[in-house]
Amino acid sequence: MSDLTTVVDWSRLQFAITAIYHWLFVPLTLGLSVMVAIMESIYLKTKSEKWLLATKFWMRLFGINFAIGVATGIILEFEFGTNWSNYSWFVGDIFGAPLAIEGILAFFMESTFVAVMFFGWNKVSPRFHLASTWLTSIGASISALWILVANAWMQYPVGMEFDPEQMRNVMDNFWALFSGIAVNKFFHAVLSGWALSGVFVIGVSCWFLWKKRNVEFAVRSIKVGAWFGLVGMVLTMYTGDGSAVEVTKHQPMKLAAMEGLYHGHQGQSLAAVAVLNPDKEWNNDEDEYLFDISLPYGLSILGRHDADAFIPGITDIINGVDMNAEGDTINTVSYADRIAMGKKAQQALRLYGEAREAGDSAAMASSLKNLKENYRFFGYGYFNSVNEAIPPVGLTFVMFRVMVVLGSYFLLFFIVVLLLVYKSTLLQKSVWLQWIAMVSVPFMWICSEAGWAVAEVGRQPWTVQDLLPTMASVSAVPASSVIVTFWLFALIFTVLLIAEVSIMCRQISKESKKALA
Amino acid sequence: MTLEYLQNYWWLLVSVLGGILVFLLFVQGGQSMILSAGSETRRDLIVNSMGGKWELTFTTLVTFGGAAFASFPLFYSTSFGGAYWLWILILFSFIVQAVSYEYRRKKGNIYGTKTYDIFLFINGCVGCVLLGVAVSMFFFGGEFTVNRGNLLDGSAPVISQWASTHGFEAIFNWKNLVLGVAVLFLARTQACLYMMNNITDDPDFFKTLKAKALINGGIFLVFFLWFLALLLTATGYTVVSDGIHTIDVQETPFKYFHNYTDMWWAGITLLLGVVLVLFGWLKSCLSKHFTKGIWFTGIGTFLVVASLFWVAGYGDTAFYPSLLNPMDSLTIRNASSSEFTLKTMSYVSLLIPFVLAYIVYVWRAMDKKKLTPATLESTDHKY
Repeated sequence: MSDLTTVVDWSRLQFAITAIYHWLFVPLTLGLSVMVAIMESIYLKTKSEKWLLATKFWMRLFGINFAIGVATGIILEFEFGTNWSNYSWFVGDIFGAPLAIEGILAFFMESTFVAVMFFGWNKVSPRFHLASTWLTSIGASISALWILVANAWMQYPVGMEFDPEQMRNVMDNFWALFSGIAVNKFFHAVLSGWALSGVFVIGVSCWFLWKKRNVEFAVRSIKVGAWFGLVGMVLTMYTGDGSAVEVTKHQPMKLAAMEGLYHGHQGQSLAAVAVLNPDKEWNNDEDEYLFDISLPYGLSILGRHDADAFIPGITDIINGVDMNAEGDTINTVSYADRIAMGKKAQQALRLYGEAREAGDSAAMASSLKNLKENYRFFGYGYFNSVNEAIPPVGLTFVMFRVMVVLGSYFLLFFIVVLLLVYKSTLLQKSVWLQWIAMVSVPFMWICSEAGWAVAEVGRQPWTVQDLLPTMASVSAVPASSVIVTFWLFALIFTVLLIAEVSIMCRQISKESKKALA
Repeated sequence: MTLEYLQNYWWLLVSVLGGILVFLLFVQGGQSMILSAGSETRRDLIVNSMGGKWELTFTTLVTFGGAAFASFPLFYSTSFGGAYWLWILILFSFIVQAVSYEYRRKKGNIYGTKTYDIFLFINGCVGCVLLGVAVSMFFFGGEFTVNRGNLLDGSAPVISQWASTHGFEAIFNWKNLVLGVAVLFLARTQACLYMMNNITDDPDFFKTLKAKALINGGIFLVFFLWFLALLLTATGYTVVSDGIHTIDVQETPFKYFHNYTDMWWAGITLLLGVVLVLFGWLKSCLSKHFTKGIWFTGIGTFLVVASLFWVAGYGDTAFYPSLLNPMDSLTIRNASSSEFTLKTMSYVSLLIPFVLAYIVYVWRAMDKKKLTPATLESTDHKY
């Protein structure tokens, strides 16, 4: 394995582990901050002490989680520079802007008002305190907006053109960054945080019920958590549907990988339960699944909102075959042609530079024309085989199912919890139900992380779709350095996560012994 | 607005963020003193005094990085990807800081309060010194080359290449360390002055802080003057460019001295900043009970750091000199974002005064009631 390949793999691992840890904390921050703000609003309106106690209880848990989210977040931003420096140059003109705006608009709002939230109870007026709690929450969501806009842009790069003088992309339309992918991604991610927080609140409250401590407080919290979680989950599914349509349109290879689909059809079914055939390659005749139970028309409906629509598989996409809405076969650009066009674009850029050195304006114009004609597949020029442009199918396929199955379970979970808590006292009495709610909590995190795995693994090998693969995005750092820092990050994040979970558990236990209602 | 104007404007904003960041490093300065606080109460006072502001320092650092990325991406790409270990060590020190305030006294924190205090101490010392080293590289350079043509080399496509030591050479460069140590002792001095302002009802602690401010300020002064002497006698690079490409680079003896004299406003800003720092420091140490020194040294620090950025980046100066190939040195012309991006970002920057306004408003509201040993005991949420 060459040093470049090793650096790329370890850099990906390092970014992945940072993102995975970061996303353990962020969704809870996004959801819990809103819930705390709602509770404090109710307190200010009703002046009821029980809502103040509830606010303070959940705010303390929010604080424990918030700190470690901040710690992991700083690494993500700087890793674009430390580990993906070529990427930072190639698209920094576009990608840097959302990050800077995030800092100016969101981070300062969060960091300024979170201090008031925790320390301001006796220092500022109740209204100012409430405003600070809301502003902390809004700041967290604005932060999510900008980073998700940036992430969506990597998956669907628009609003820019290539500058051959500087060998980089430059922005020419800022508002184009708010594409359909970006809008869906923002709402999908933030609302999934609401759902996750709902499950967390219900799980913790059920522990109170199990321990028979502060039962009234627990039931009240369950009601807030379940309504909040249900709204979050329904809207997460709605925006997830929107994301599937966008992926079908702009990242068909990702959709095909999510389904393990090689040869698409009109009225394409969706494999509800399936075992992938490990011997299947894009260019052999093996079956896609060893076993499957499929929902007829499922993938066509999911991807194109049309039961008869054609969904291309991996082999179709590589061969450049698709069908339009009328069912006519259309040819897209095959991967072999894309690689050829990518190499032409790179050669044209090379010749452009030579012509500029020589002061040959005619040759410059000719090279520029060639470059523009082929630039949309610039990144394919780094590949020598179409195999290099296929994402890891197995992992994407499994993670998609984990996300969908658990997401569906939690929709049902919220409905059942609401029915139980409003229509009966079964939840208060049944230890089994309480345990199911408690055990469900970590599965919500798995669901959430699986969603990100689909989004990020499914778009491999690209950092910027079609334009820049991971192999051309890294920094010129020795593999040994990245391996060392990967393990250092893994160690420190794990050490801190263990402390966070332990503190959270102790805090919940301690608070449960106080009178909260 | 021309590209050149926008480049100057964004370098100004980066310098403003840099100035604010170095001022806010008083949080790290306070952390560097917690292991020698003397008693647990004192340690808690330090931690809780600093604890209300740590997020602001952290956020300013992140925003500084974000602004550098958005406005000067070639710097971001070259420095962060090249001086890898320098930045990674800075990041590590900030990871452990972020959780330590919240976790140190919490039951179930597994590793004990002492561990988190050591984390805070590490961030306090390492963070200050290494950030000073990173800033010093704006003058004394780094061992890198930049070749955009590498992008077309599939086997080694990275445009910025660094010496094999990847940042360690910068950390162990004595000139960089002089500024690093100066930043550490400035932060410690300002931490003392901030606590003299923020903590009341503990006269003994006030006296201790005053004595510490005097000693730390003295050490800072020695290292700062040493750095200033190095800077004003240093050879820098004057760059001739066509706006994008570097045409020629000339070694210029006493470059930064000339920059200060040519850009008289930068020189005056430096002098004013130094005077304010000295006034705030000496008045705090020599008066019987002067608590507003932090505002003088804070504004002074901001002015000094901003002026350092100005002489680093303005006046056709290479703000990130390449020691391996001066032609590859970074300037605010060749490292900047495009005109469109800088213009778009400039509209966003109009919101900065509002951001500063609410920070100041909240700061005043929160610091109106001072921290005392008694309030620390009775407070609902403490670190």
